[in-house]
Amino acid sequence: MLKLANVTKTYKMGDTIFHALKDINLQIDEGDYIAIMGPSGSGKSTFMNILGCLDKATSGNYFLNETDTTTLDKDALASLRNHVIGFVFQGFNLLARKNLIDNVALPLVYAGIGAKERKVRALEVLKSVGLEAYATYLPNQISGGQQQRVAIARALINRPKLILADEPTGNLDTKTSQEIMDLFCKLNDQEKITIVLVTHEPDIAAYSKRLVNFVDGRIQHDGLTEHFQASLV
Amino acid sequence: MIFMMLQEAWSAMSANRLRTFLTMLGMVIGVGAVILMSSIGAGTQAKVKESIASMGSNLFIVLAGSMTSGGVRIGSGGVQTLKMNDASAIEELSGIKAAAPVVPGTAQLVYQSSNWNTQVSGTTPAFFEVRDWPSEEGSVFSDSDVRSATRVAVLGKTVATNLFGDENPVGKTIRIKNSPYIVLGVLAPKGQSLDGRDQDDTVMVPITTAQTKLFGSQFKGVVRFIMVEAVSESVMDKAEEEMQVLLRENHKLRPNAEDDFTIRNLTALANTAAETTKAMSLMLAAIASISLLVGGIGIMNIMLVSVTERTREIGIRIAIGAKQRNILLQFLLEALMISIIGCLIGVCVGIGGAYGVGAFFPISVVITQSSIVISFLVATCVGVFFGFYPARKAANLEPIEALRYQ
Repeated sequence: MLKLANVTKTYKMGDTIFHALKDINLQIDEGDYIAIMGPSGSGKSTFMNILGCLDKATSGNYFLNETDTTTLDKDALASLRNHVIGFVFQGFNLLARKNLIDNVALPLVYAGIGAKERKVRALEVLKSVGLEAYATYLPNQISGGQQQRVAIARALINRPKLILADEPTGNLDTKTSQEIMDLFCKLNDQEKITIVLVTHEPDIAAYSKRLVNFVDGRIQHDGLTEHFQASLV
Repeated sequence: MIFMMLQEAWSAMSANRLRTFLTMLGMVIGVGAVILMSSIGAGTQAKVKESIASMGSNLFIVLAGSMTSGGVRIGSGGVQTLKMNDASAIEELSGIKAAAPVVPGTAQLVYQSSNWNTQVSGTTPAFFEVRDWPSEEGSVFSDSDVRSATRVAVLGKTVATNLFGDENPVGKTIRIKNSPYIVLGVLAPKGQSLDGRDQDDTVMVPITTAQTKLFGSQFKGVVRFIMVEAVSESVMDKAEEEMQVLLRENHKLRPNAEDDFTIRNLTALANTAAETTKAMSLMLAAIASISLLVGGIGIMNIMLVSVTERTREIGIRIAIGAKQRNILLQFLLEALMISIIGCLIGVCVGIGGAYGVGAFFPISVVITQSSIVISFLVATCVGVFFGFYPARKAANLEPIEALRYQ
């Protein structure tokens, strides 16, 4: 489903050039569930930004659904983010002024979908994450775990093929983290949505099928998780 | 989509009410000032136009004496150089429609127990034609009244009201300087002159009566000034020259001698006055529109703050699929909304202010549709113009940078 070929990302910091990603080659298939791990500064955030079409590689190619994203302009990338990718952030990133329905429906606004359909679909997705009772609440009126579920609902609303989650449980306690991870597993199992998540907690990474380790801008390890191997047997 | 974006703009505006209100205030004051100032300008112009119309058209005034005489400036009218036959000679000229000699003075008027001190002028029936000043009641005096110097009078509206109240003055006898005069008629009201005098506060008597009876016999045959009407505006320059030649001839002036009279083209003077007020009202509007500009800068200022404050929000929107034009439009619409709502309030304030000024000050105001339409259009342009830079700044934000912003 997505393929990175010789992807390099460099930043200029004054006179020195900083290599955030060095010659990354990676293929992710549909239905994959990948955890990205690595120490800070290892390039995992840069990697996620490139996967999410929020940033462009300095060199190399990134194919998403057979399309070479390096050739696309800003509007086409925005459309890809809207239709193919769903984002879940560590800090939830909900709009504080809007109630849950409007937050969840926001991607549909930019997809050009009418108000009525937006509302119906937003309620539907909120229901699937178990929050339909809070539809008209503002984000600061619900708990962190609930906010992250709203964020996941927002990521799901445009029926994406790929969900990118950047430390989705970083701000949550263990119990809520588990709930969120269960939700991801369900999406992967039942909806066949490809999931890529960044984490530095091994027990969170253990929920995934495949583990990729980043060190110094390179992939140091890439393999199936024990839990997934066990389930295959 | 557009409705959604309007809602979006509205909710962003109401999120910070005080700031939105203060931003709007700039537009309110700007638009209000433009409308108020142009109302005052238009009112003044209308008043000047009215005064000019009341003066009569294509008008000259020929005054006795020159502005300078032998190096010494003496007031025109201070010498007795114009005679009755000058007026009749001027009337014979080809470009002249009518000429009316005038001898002005002041006198005490008495009717029963009422007293009134006013200007009493001796003139001929031609005066009413030249000034385009018909009688409202009764009639004006005739040439035969002038020939036989009868004691008759025509009253201006103000005099009639002050002496007679509701009574009809026609046919009544008033006393001017203790001599009885029969009132022939009352003139139609003229209103204020260009210099603000009440033109209706006057009494007209036959010029011969004024010269021989009212102001004593030393004025026999002498006139102070002559009101002259040309047949059209285009012949006025030529008529002025002809009058000058004619009067110099009649007064037997040597070629190197100065004129002992002064000819003034009142219509040209009036046109100048009209031009001046027009320039003045333009200037007022121009000064007021500076505040509109300042209001626009205020909008830009606040929008820039707002973009910085909402950097993270912009980042989220871009991440979930907002295109650059979506973000641009969102902030542009917000600026536009502030300026249009501010403008609507400003229009109300301006109209209210204009009525207030009209009610409490002796200034005439005319609210013109064009000033409302123009200030509305200008406010819209100001909103777009000053909203564009902050909106573009928002649309050009890099999503990763914006998402990282705290």
